[in-house]
Amino acid sequence: MKIITVKELLDADVLCGEDQLEEEVHSACGSDMMSDVLAYVKEQGLLLTGLVNPQVIRTAEMMDMVCIVFVRAKRPSEEMIRLAEKAGIVLMSTETRMYEACGSLYVNGLNGKVVRRDG
Amino acid sequence: MAEPLVFHFDVDGSDFTSAGQASVQIKKNLRQLGLPSDIIRRVSIAMYEGEINMVIHANGGVADVIVTEDCVEIVLKDQGPGIEDVEKAMQEGYSTATSTIHSLGFGAGMGLPNMKRYSDTMEIDTVIGVGTTIRMKIYLNKDQAES
Repeated sequence: MKIITVKELLDADVLCGEDQLEEEVHSACGSDMMSDVLAYVKEQGLLLTGLVNPQVIRTAEMMDMVCIVFVRAKRPSEEMIRLAEKAGIVLMSTETRMYEACGSLYVNGLNGKVVRRDG
Repeated sequence: MAEPLVFHFDVDGSDFTSAGQASVQIKKNLRQLGLPSDIIRRVSIAMYEGEINMVIHANGGVADVIVTEDCVEIVLKDQGPGIEDVEKAMQEGYSTATSTIHSLGFGAGMGLPNMKRYSDTMEIDTVIGVGTTIRMKIYLNKDQAES
């Protein structure tokens, strides 16, 4: 799924990484616990979270994720946006709640399972 | 690569928001060395969890990453309170972290288990009241990891 499709499905605002919206995400993970994100997902692209602190950006960076969506209208700080820009990660914010956001992406074809990009 | 390469980091324990900076840096360093992306990811996640642990529990410490021909070794040293029950600490879900740490997205009792998950070998040397040293190795070649 293209990042722009994620944006449209969730009616999200793009906070940084406007030029990367044509990039593909291959799977997704929704969690407020960063250690769970680090434990259970291997190769993915998108993180949905209601947690707002710089460790969210670092966690995504460690996992080579390309996009973070903040649910429940959460907004990251300027510092977080700066970190994400540096790491080449797209940040978005949506008013949609976690359950609906995950469900919407899932039924439209973005499932949570591991898909390797390099075959 | 005949001589091992050593990267040294001081992990500042006073500020949770800055935790993880060493891991971000080592990721860049290993990329520059041209290591495979899955190895880089494993090293950086293991180190990141270790760094977070040092900040949460031990008021910081030092981290060394040693890159040799056959493996990447991470050595994390702190002068914190030590781990009282290592066996318990290795169980997923066991945590002594405070609710403040939980609200920051950590302290789910996954730190040490994740470090073990992403490394090929892990040794914990801990003395109550003195500190903890953790050594993790990630082999570049799968056969060595299994032998």
